[in-house]
Amino acid sequence: MDLSIPVLDVVIFVLMGISVMSMVRVIIGPTPEDRLIGLNLVVTQVVGILVVIAVKFDRSIYLDVALVYAILGFIGILAIAKYLGGRQLGE
Amino acid sequence: MILLVYAFLSMGIFFGVLGNIGVLRFPDVYTRLQASSKCGVTSLLSIFIALMLLKGLTPMTLRILVITIFFLISSPVASHVIGRRAWEQGIAPWRKKPESRD
Repeated sequence: MDLSIPVLDVVIFVLMGISVMSMVRVIIGPTPEDRLIGLNLVVTQVVGILVVIAVKFDRSIYLDVALVYAILGFIGILAIAKYLGGRQLGE
Repeated sequence: MILLVYAFLSMGIFFGVLGNIGVLRFPDVYTRLQASSKCGVTSLLSIFIALMLLKGLTPMTLRILVITIFFLISSPVASHVIGRRAWEQGIAPWRKKPESRD
């Protein structure tokens, strides 16, 4: 089953554009939690880009990269949130 | 079947763009967190369902399924941790202007 138009390219470009839009929230966020929300969204969309690239070029190695990136993003979010909470516990 | 693939892909793009507009426009941490978690997960899940329908029953489908299940577990946990941190830092939820007078 083939797609008639290059719709996967459109999906990749839209995901790239909205991940750049999420980086705006990472930069201008007033509190650190806003920056974490933007970072979580960027991780989500980069995983989506990697999976769409894997299906488009039919290379399953990109799926492993996407899974590892999802795990590392999740652990990174948890570590940064733990660090932010530890600052209040130390007071 | 190919129409289902198109429908799920466009639904993923739709929810992704709406979630980003919500994260950029909403006034508070908690509302932004809601937009981020709901629309991000819905967008990614729609795109993954479309790609699994596109590939048929291959090993690539099962790997995409593994990533989907991991994401369905990890994303609510990350959102919950961020929201809990925001609540413990003492950030008050946003209210409308007329209700804040009392």
